[in-house]
Order: sequence, then C-alpha cells, then structure tokens
Amino acid sequence: MRHIIAVLLENEAGALSRVVGLFSQRNFNIETLTVAPTEDPTLSRLTVTTSGSDRVIEQITKQLNKLIEVVKLVDLTEGEHLEREMMLIKLKATGQHRDEVKRTVDIFRGQIVDVTSSIYTVQLVGEQSKLDAFISAIGEAYVLETVRTGVSGIARGDKVLSV
Amino acid sequence: MRREDNSVEMLSGAEMVIRSLQDQKIEYIYGYPGGSVLHIYDALAQQDTIKHILVRHEQAATHMADGHARASGKPGVVLVTSGPGATNAITGIATAFMDSIPMVVLCGQVPSTLIGEDAFQETDMMGVSRPVVKHNFAVKHPSEIPGIIKKAFYIASSGRPGPVVIDIPKDMTTPTDKFEYVYPESVSMRSYSPATRGHSGQIKKAVELLLSARRPVILVGGGTVGGRASAEATELARVLNFPVSTTLMGIGGFPASDRQWLGWPGMHGTYEANTALHNSDLILSIGARFDDRVTNATEKFCPTAKIIHIDIDPSSISKTIAADVPIVGPAKSVLLEMLALLAKSDAQPDAEALSDWWAKIDQWRQRHGGRYVRNENGSLKPQQVIEALYEVTKGDAYICSDVGQHQMFAAQYYKFDKPNRWINSGGLGTMGFGFPAAMGVKLHYPDALVVCVTGEGSFQMNLQEFSTCSQYSIPVKIVCLNNQSLGMVRQWQDMNYESRHSQSYVKSLPDFHKLTDAYGHKAITVRTEAELIPALEQAFALKDELVFLDIYVDPTEHVYPMLVPKGSMRDMWLSKTERT
Repeated sequence: MRHIIAVLLENEAGALSRVVGLFSQRNFNIETLTVAPTEDPTLSRLTVTTSGSDRVIEQITKQLNKLIEVVKLVDLTEGEHLEREMMLIKLKATGQHRDEVKRTVDIFRGQIVDVTSSIYTVQLVGEQSKLDAFISAIGEAYVLETVRTGVSGIARGDKVLSV
Repeated sequence: MRREDNSVEMLSGAEMVIRSLQDQKIEYIYGYPGGSVLHIYDALAQQDTIKHILVRHEQAATHMADGHARASGKPGVVLVTSGPGATNAITGIATAFMDSIPMVVLCGQVPSTLIGEDAFQETDMMGVSRPVVKHNFAVKHPSEIPGIIKKAFYIASSGRPGPVVIDIPKDMTTPTDKFEYVYPESVSMRSYSPATRGHSGQIKKAVELLLSARRPVILVGGGTVGGRASAEATELARVLNFPVSTTLMGIGGFPASDRQWLGWPGMHGTYEANTALHNSDLILSIGARFDDRVTNATEKFCPTAKIIHIDIDPSSISKTIAADVPIVGPAKSVLLEMLALLAKSDAQPDAEALSDWWAKIDQWRQRHGGRYVRNENGSLKPQQVIEALYEVTKGDAYICSDVGQHQMFAAQYYKFDKPNRWINSGGLGTMGFGFPAAMGVKLHYPDALVVCVTGEGSFQMNLQEFSTCSQYSIPVKIVCLNNQSLGMVRQWQDMNYESRHSQSYVKSLPDFHKLTDAYGHKAITVRTEAELIPALEQAFALKDELVFLDIYVDPTEHVYPMLVPKGSMRDMWLSKTERT
C-alpha cells in the first residue's frame, strides 16, 4: 500500500543524504521525495511517498526515527490528510489540437503559465492521481516535458507535526 | 573553560581534540598518523595522560578499540588520517556497528578549502562511513570540536550503542588559530532521546504471559551483555526456573555452568537449544535481534511460540519475527521491573508444566550433547583443543575469537560463566578481528588471561600487529587452530559443492614459528594430544610474553550441529551422516 510519510529533520548538511541512503541501503522504495526548510530555519520538512507491506512500512518509520537528525515523523496515510503535488508540463499545442489542450487544462483547473505559437506550458496542482489523469487525458504524444515536485502532505484538522 | 583566575582558556582545534578526550577521561587511543592529523598528533605529543597505541594497520586500531569496548563497556577511541587511513578503518567500524559496540573514530580530512577537489588522500569519509555508523559529524569550525566530541561519546554509548565518526579537516586544527575552550558538561539533543525505561503496561502483560507459560525459553542476546543486565537476566531465569539460551552475542549473559543453560541457538547452536525453542510456547527475548543465523527460515520459526521482545532499539522488534509483546527499553530496567512485579505477585509459574518441560529438555540434551570423536592416532580435533584451553585457564579467560570454524568451536566448548568474556565479531563476521581485539582487552586488563582463538586463515589477516605487541609489550596468548585450510568454507564446500575445495586450501603457509620469532615473541608448535596440555601450561606460565601456539588440528572436521538450510530450528545435521 502507498504511504505518505512526513519527516521533520535537522536542517543540517548531510541530513538528507542519510534519509536517501537509508532507503537504498535497506532496500526500501522511494516513489517521491520533497524537502525544504520550514518556518523554523533549523528544521527541514521532508515528505516521502513509499509503498510496501505493513511490516516494511513499520521498518521504514522505525529506521527513519533512528536517524539521529530526524526529530519527528508521521505516517499521514494513517489518518485523514491532504496531499498535493505540483507539475509543470510543456505540451505541443498546434493546429486544431491547440484548443483541445486549452479546454483540457481548464477542466483540470490548470493554468497556462507560458505560451509560444506551438507550445503551452501548464501548471497543475493536485493529488498525484489527478496529475496522472491529466497526462492521460492530454495523450502522451503531446507531452514534450514534465517536471513534478513530488507529493507534499499535511494532516487534516487539529493534528500538527511540529517540535 | 574558565580557570581559577577567571581567564578563558584559548586552544587550537588540535589541542581541543586532545583536551576534550582528556575531559572525557579517555586512557587509550588506537591510531596511526598521517598528513591530515599531524596537528592533532603534535598536540598528543605534548601531554602524558592519554596513551597512544601505534598500530600497523588502521583496521587493527578499530578492532583494538572494539575489544577494549566489549570487555570494559566503555567506548574505544580511534585516531586515523584521511583517505586510506579512514578507509582502512571502515571494516572495523562496520564490525562495531553490526554488534552495537560504542566507539568514537576521529578521522583527519583534507583542508576544507580542498574538499571536493580530489585532493591528495581525500575520501568522502562522511559518505563512505554513513551506512556503517550510528552517526557521523563533520567539523565546520574549530570551536565546534568540544561539543561534537561530547555528543559523539554520548551517542556512541547511549541507547543502542554504536560507532560514531568525526571527520576533521586539517584546517580545523591549525595550531595558531586559537579559540575559547569549553567542554560541555551535558548533552541534550531534541532529535535523540533513547528510551530510559520500558512501558509499564507492556511489562505487566509480559509478566502475565511468563506466569502462564508451559514451555518457555529465555533468549539472552548481545543487548543483555552490552546493557549490563546479565545479573538481572540470570535472577529472572532462576526465579522462574525457565531454561535459558544465550545467542552467540549473548554468551556469558547467563552462566554456562548453570543447569538452566541450554547453549546457544541457531546455525551451529546446540540440539537442545534449537529444539526447545522450536517447541516452546513462549520466548522471552532480552536484547536479541532474531538474525538469520539464529532463526533459519523465518516462516518456519518456532510455530507455537508467543514472543516477548525487549530491546532498546524499536527497529529490532518485529523486524524479522513479529513480537506479541514488544517492550522498548533498556534490558536492565525492564528486567528489574519484571522482577519487582514477580516478587509482588501471588501467582507462581506452572511448576507441573515446567517439570514436564524440563524432562523433555533433559532428554534432548542426551541426543547430541556436544559429542565429537577423537582421533585414535593422537592427532588433534579442534574441539579438544578448546576443551583443554578451558581446563588450563579454569574458564576464567577473555576469549577473543576470529571468524570461522574455530570461532564456533570456541563458542561451543569454552563455557563462559561471566559476561564480556566472549569477544567475537558475530554480526559482520570479520576475519582478522580476534588478535587486535585481544590486544585491546589486554591493555585494559593487564592482569587478566587474554586469549585470541584463531585459525591460520584469520590470523594472517592482521598478523602485522605482532609488531605492535613488541612495541608495547602486550602479552596475549594466541591459540591458532591450524587446519591448513579455510575450514568453514571447506565445510560448506564439502556439504554443498561435492567437496570441490575451490580456493579454500592455503597452499603456502608461513612457518609461524619463525614468523613469531622474527617479531621477538615465543612460538610453540603442537601436533599431538600428548603435547597439548603441557604446551598450554607453558604458554600461560610465560606471563609477560606473547605466545603463539601453532596447533595442528584435523582439517576434515566439521562443526555440528548445523541447521539444515531453509528449514526450521529443529532441522539439523548432527554429524556428517546423521540428520534430525
């Protein structure tokens, strides 16, 4: 099953490499990984999406917790949560297809952020599955380039991940 | 640090390294100098409280520090230079990591201005060591040095212990750059707070299970020995009258001469320990981690057993075998709480069920019983050498083993009644570990009997330390079970590869007698049963000399029992021809 794990770690040189190293060293899977400093500049927040059996996920959270620079973590998929990913995607937009692309972007509530006579560059935000659905609606033949940020997540309601 | 006259002490980074180690009450450093650590070595030369042991290869420095730590419980300290000095230390760091041994390794690094430029003797030691350390630090400013060293010792020796590396670029130790020196009195880290006691509810649940068990086994692991909880584990076992098996790393955690001891479990464990575990209804694991050499096929592991798992490291619990009652905490405090609950409880263990269980176990004890067949022509079996060693040392030696058949024989036939006496590389299985580890123990306990049990294969992986022993007069005794082959490899080739002895025969052995002589030590060669005991007695009588006993043993001998691959705990070979 897919899990989204949010991690607060010390914002120190090398901390990220410990997290990434742990995943490859222990044969855990990383699907996406995002990281940036938080409002407290001494802390970074990292979101990793991964998949595995319950036993594997338990090991992932335990092993992450064991890293000295990991301050706190939560498996967001254990409760109600929000997840978002941002994608910038460069699409072929010529001839009669140009209007079709525009309509699809509107349906998915994307924004065209750059234009040439033959290209639309689109920004799209949503759950991973929405971004996947957009690509398949457009058709891979029209996709020139994609860049995705990976998933960020936060718990719904009162729950807060903080020190 | 403020002096009495209230002035501030100004030190260079190099001086801070040494002063911090002094303030940490470190007695020995094991190391080897080189370009990047010359400032530190110069500061070392200008004091006399810390003794430095100059090794002949950095791997040996780490094993010496490791042996020292295993025997004393205090972290060992290593000082090496950048590049090859650091990479040579990696095997020893990984060895300590796998067995949860506290160690602090100070590594030189090229000046920070050259990092990343492929400078002479540059290695990314942070990256190289990362998977085999508990933590590592890179010094970014000289004034950080005391704080980092304090944290390193705290991390290395608290929680589940392990090695910590500190990477020190040369320009952090420049003698002319002086900074205020303050050695912190305590450490607090928001991201690191190991458990100090177990969950009371879980402990209560565990005690209820213990009291209702009919076929229990207590499994004492390395965490019992490392966690200094052997006395509590022993008391618990005696209060409950439960059988005890100590893992390879837990040997000595419960007295081997006690009737309740079944031997150790796993690959080459005893028939009774493996069979009892397989048939048990409850396993109380104290600081054991159910590794593959213990469990055999995990899906067939002890099908009727519930598992109470005490461990300081939550990630060791339910990693390979699911625990029914997990307890995260230090073995000692958890066991003390269990003992207190038992003392208060009106309930008693089920005496009748236990008596039946003991009757079964006593039958199983007859089945193999550590038997081996002696040769009639007077040539030696490796097992009898260990039995003789036990007899001559009256069971009171520190036995530092290398890796292979001799390691298994030593663990099987030397009976350890005290913890921290059996010192071996159980997790990583590092050949070449035993000799330097023995040196580290001997330095720490100069009056103790310290023996390295090795084979002619393992010994040659760190024999250069003969020279270090000459320099510092370290009179360890080396018992080399010389079977002229890599015995464990050969055994597997006999069993699984139709005896094709691919590269397991050491064709050109040195004359160990002359070799030992060349370094100024004493060698004794033993070829027959008649020579064995007198040779051992002679060796131990020479208290101030390193003695190398080159003991020729039967090269065809195998280690038994041996778990059948992919089987359960009760599936064993008992001899070359006999299976359960």
